[in-house]
Amino acid sequence: MGSAMSHLQKLEAESIYIMREVAAEFARPVMLYSIGKDSSVMLRLAQKAFYPAKLPFPLLHIDTTYKFREMTEFRDRFCAEQGLNLIVHRSREVSEDGVNPFRLGTEKCCSILKTKSLLDALSEGRFEAALGGARREEEKSRAKERIFSFRGVHGQWEPKTQRPELWNIFNARIDRGESIRVFPLSNWTELDVWEYIEMENIPVVPLYFAKERKMLVRGDLLISVEHGLPMLPGERPEMVMCRMRSLGCTYCTGAIRSTATTVREIIAELRNFRRSERENRVIDHDQEGSMELKKREGYF
Amino acid sequence: MDLLRFTTAGSVDDGKSTLIGRLLHDTRSVYEDQLASVRKASPNGLDLALITDGLRAEREQGITIDVAYRYFSTPRRRFIIADVPGHEQYTRNMATGASTADLVVILLDVRKGVLPQTRRHAYLAWLLGIRHIVFAVNKMDSVNFDQSAFDNVSRQVGEFALRLSGSHIHSLPVSALTGDNVVARSERMPWFSGESLMEYLESITVDGLAPLEDLRFPVQYVIRTDSGFRGYAGQIAAGSVSVGDRVTVLPSGQVAAVRAIAAYGGDLERADAPASVTLCLDDHVDVSRGNMLVGSSYPPVAAQRIQATLVWMSETPLAANHPYLVKHTNQHVCGQVLRLVSKLDIGTLQPKEGANELLFNEIGTVELETHRPLLCDTYGQNRTTGSFILIDPISNQTLAAGMIAGWTEERRRHPMSHGATHRGVTVWFTGLSSAGKTTLSNAVYERLWAAGWKVELLDGDAVRQHLCKDLGFSKEDRDENIRRIGFVADLLTKNGVIVLVAAISPYRALRDEQRVSIGEFAEVYVNAPLVVCEQRDVKGLYKRARNGELHGFTGIDDPYEPPLTPEIECCTDRESIADSVHKVMQFLERRVIHPHRTGQPD
Repeated sequence: MGSAMSHLQKLEAESIYIMREVAAEFARPVMLYSIGKDSSVMLRLAQKAFYPAKLPFPLLHIDTTYKFREMTEFRDRFCAEQGLNLIVHRSREVSEDGVNPFRLGTEKCCSILKTKSLLDALSEGRFEAALGGARREEEKSRAKERIFSFRGVHGQWEPKTQRPELWNIFNARIDRGESIRVFPLSNWTELDVWEYIEMENIPVVPLYFAKERKMLVRGDLLISVEHGLPMLPGERPEMVMCRMRSLGCTYCTGAIRSTATTVREIIAELRNFRRSERENRVIDHDQEGSMELKKREGYF
Repeated sequence: MDLLRFTTAGSVDDGKSTLIGRLLHDTRSVYEDQLASVRKASPNGLDLALITDGLRAEREQGITIDVAYRYFSTPRRRFIIADVPGHEQYTRNMATGASTADLVVILLDVRKGVLPQTRRHAYLAWLLGIRHIVFAVNKMDSVNFDQSAFDNVSRQVGEFALRLSGSHIHSLPVSALTGDNVVARSERMPWFSGESLMEYLESITVDGLAPLEDLRFPVQYVIRTDSGFRGYAGQIAAGSVSVGDRVTVLPSGQVAAVRAIAAYGGDLERADAPASVTLCLDDHVDVSRGNMLVGSSYPPVAAQRIQATLVWMSETPLAANHPYLVKHTNQHVCGQVLRLVSKLDIGTLQPKEGANELLFNEIGTVELETHRPLLCDTYGQNRTTGSFILIDPISNQTLAAGMIAGWTEERRRHPMSHGATHRGVTVWFTGLSSAGKTTLSNAVYERLWAAGWKVELLDGDAVRQHLCKDLGFSKEDRDENIRRIGFVADLLTKNGVIVLVAAISPYRALRDEQRVSIGEFAEVYVNAPLVVCEQRDVKGLYKRARNGELHGFTGIDDPYEPPLTPEIECCTDRESIADSVHKVMQFLERRVIHPHRTGQPD
């Protein structure tokens, strides 16, 4: 009987079903790959879904160029090893207009380097469906997100006109220029993701594991000094035992103080952890309801 | 750890947000930084309702738009809550939240008792297949935790819950505000000896609808590789599958064995619902997305005329005879609603006939016709094969959610088999013992078989040696014998087989029952006078009956009811076997083999 399946097995079955539905319903799907733990899990699920065949879609990485060096290294090595078809989209604005978070502030930077870049990449590739690793548990505007999330011609999300979604029957029909964002990990929590990484022995970027790192301590935040972080008068980096809980651009991803050096220790830490995973993401705090606003513009 | 999905419902102000906030808070599922922002927003003590505070757009308009999903876990279980807003568009939202849930928690205000809303929520949950309904009688703090106040509401619940047949109903007193009996048991209600809400949710075994044991494997995607691998990917909707199992491919009716269950990290020997797997078959049968692999004990029907309950979810009302797209399992089929049979009166929860329109958030029973058959079960038998959505082919909007309640017999006039070379039919030979049924049906069988038709013979005597070995000759057993034969004949007929049944089948009512349920059905009255049969007495049974060794023998001490209007009558005492065979073959020529040459039958 089905009840004999564990919650991870049930979540896995659901996610695989969702990805196969995407592959069957769309002529040009793509999978967003951000190198983080959620992407790593999503990718493994995709490999399982289409085994023994290759993935029926390419991976797309939106490279803002402000990612951690270790992320880029991991990405290139892992994708080569696994024989994955990876598209890296770099924002033109970085080189042409000198967009960077230190000068423009995180909100504007994110809007240009992530949201606009993503929309550009999707329209250049004429992708009709984009799989993303977002989870409903992450943030309150995501709690109401559909698994198949319809986006208009300009990629925007309209919370009021979402299609009803019942059972596991997904309405994948779109007209020319419209697209669907699909979230196969919708029902996973951060803990599920780590438990699955442990169970499946999935490789992740070493930044998730604690070690002594050179960081700037600013109030409660631990900020990486990569990419020439400008310091305020009197500030100076110090070595801190820490790890990343979520990964993005260096400036927007704070670290947490931690001694967890293995997946098992991370899981143990999370079981006692009472702080939300995006807390250290500077972008979510820019403005009240900021994630919702970004999503409406077309952010993942 | 296992997973429980539940949904919540309650009228506005019954304290639903507070209760969910309480569950999350008391299971330590709210992160400290989120809690800090809730604290900041509620200066007069922690307002737990703010934990589930929604979208900016909702706050601006002071409404809740949509179903929100919440996650928490205890050491014993993982939970997913589909949090359904109480007022706006509640039918649509409730149906959405309930569609993936196994249990519903319905909140009531102890001071208000059962409201019309309460009934609606419970009924909707029940309609969507939820069979575990928990009534959390809230705000017990406002009545000083008084037992009689709870008992009073509990009694009201008991009275109307009778209508929710097959459901497990559970009521318990709580105060979401003070936390009494939500996670920890309450010291202020010593009169209540039951579990707290959380303890109940942690320990309840949800079995949902009666599970279907026969395999349902809708093929979602075909996986191929350059090296010649070919596997059928999908999620098991019911039953289980093991390597070596024989499965039937629908709609073609081809049978193949499962050669392997391919899986990353090592092939599997067996898989159970709801696993997503990839099956490899031993034969090169033709299988594509939208087909279904099924077991043989209880296959689904292939229905084109379907009775269904629709939850209408669009501002554009239902229009009869308007083209809609039906998405059912993994296929899209064109279809239209032939008529609106009745509409649910949300006040009385009774169906009202003669309705002429179905509007946003209304529920109706309709008759739906699809251009190709749906391979389906009723929603009560299986949520996956019994559900569908209607999509507007122009706007692409999801218009309605549908639950299959049944089908009309006409669908059986379209045989299930597309790949089959002819239509299926059951030819039922009835008559006294020794009238010549076996001889005649065997002769017809040989003719058809030699001509290359798919044909099967179900002989009453042979069937009694295996399928019906356990049955005797009482009226009940004889009826059961006929029903079993009819069931097998029905399955074969649907798969494009010409089925020849040779059985005394003395009772007219039972034969007529088979005619109705099989649809493609013809009766051959093998007619010979009793005296002739008794002379023939091929098996010596008449003699034994006359000697009193056999009781209830047809024609001797049990009646034979001849058909009133058989399709074919063969008087075997007056015509040759060749004549009789010719009659049957002529009929089959017209009806099955060249149905278009002389126009449609019937």
